[in-house]
Amino acid sequence: MTEQKIHDQWDLWEVFIQESDNTPHLHAGSIRAADAENALQNARDVFARRGTAKNIWVVKTEHIIASTPEDAPSFFEPTKDKVYRHPHFYKYTLDDELWKKP
Amino acid sequence: MSENIAGLEAQFNQRIAEGNTIEPNDWMPDKYRKQLMRLISQHAHSEIIGMLPEGNWITRAPSLRRKIGLLAKVQDEAGHGHYLYSSAETLGISREEMFDQLHSGKAKYSSIFNYPTLSWADMGMIGWLVDGAAIINQTTMAKCSYGPYSRALLRICKEENFHKKQGMEIIAMLIASGDKGKAMVQESFNRFWWPTLMMFGPHDSNSPNSPDMMRWKIKLKSNDELRQRFIDMTVEQAHTWGLTVPDPKLKFNEQSRSWETGEIDWNEFNAVINGHGPCNHERMQSRLNAHHMGQWVRDAARAYEEKQRLKNNAAA
Repeated sequence: MTEQKIHDQWDLWEVFIQESDNTPHLHAGSIRAADAENALQNARDVFARRGTAKNIWVVKTEHIIASTPEDAPSFFEPTKDKVYRHPHFYKYTLDDELWKKP
Repeated sequence: MSENIAGLEAQFNQRIAEGNTIEPNDWMPDKYRKQLMRLISQHAHSEIIGMLPEGNWITRAPSLRRKIGLLAKVQDEAGHGHYLYSSAETLGISREEMFDQLHSGKAKYSSIFNYPTLSWADMGMIGWLVDGAAIINQTTMAKCSYGPYSRALLRICKEENFHKKQGMEIIAMLIASGDKGKAMVQESFNRFWWPTLMMFGPHDSNSPNSPDMMRWKIKLKSNDELRQRFIDMTVEQAHTWGLTVPDPKLKFNEQSRSWETGEIDWNEFNAVINGHGPCNHERMQSRLNAHHMGQWVRDAARAYEEKQRLKNNAAA
């Protein structure tokens, strides 16, 4: 009985929709489906009923690996002090003619 | 440990105060999680039960244009139910649990769907009044602090506008058709006006959950404030159509520039919420039937998936 209850609803899938050419697939939400084909059809029926989709990706939710919010500060920390990865760190340009000075 | 919790809670409160959203894996107070589960699942149930009063008229729609519009609207409601169940699931409650709560009568859904749809004019009335009220609620709630709910509501609001417009078109055309059509609209308006005002919930003075919900931005405007916004908008529209608002005490307050109504019958509201409305029993029976009759489809799709998987494994 418990076993059947657990399986009463289909698996959870995440849906990513590309709305037009040259735009990325964006997370739209989740759906329930028994298999991949069923997942694509349900994703279309739930998230793309008005012709606003160009392409759909579905992936089982259990296959998504996410970073954890609690670890975010340490996980993203190493990028914080690397200002030299941004253009504004660099000052001299052809225009200011600083390069001409000794 | 408790110091730790206090720190997390301070962080949580600060994020909300700064207008950031809370995401599923973020720390949140238990009460915040519980309130959201209740709120979102009730909203999801309302979408699902909300299909029934309109489903009643799909086969009797007066034209193909009306039929496809109504079908599309009911299909949207199923879709909205899906968005909402999924966003509630991110809080750690399963869809099965939510269905159990609905089917056992433990969970509530919007009281409006316990009223019958007796005439075709009711399809117009639901679009104009019920969806009109829902849009006011939902556009406000779309700015709430819980990310998945907020995003689901944004999608819902985008789709919901046609629901109201198709309802207003039905009403306008019935009125234009002559006295008989107009009388049909008025009769329907008389039945739906008060139950629609009840959709916004009890008076602020009688709404025990509100202070916490407001602080956490799970609720952004009070019941009375939203109800008043709806009244001011709708009374003007009713007058434009030449309809009479079924409230002898209705009067315009020149000072506040808004419409004052008579008192809502809260006994009726409580009776309907507690299972004694005209259609509570029928709605639950229809819902249970649909659930049980769909069982073989869920089982068959799962059996097919398993069979394909075993076949592929054997081939590999």
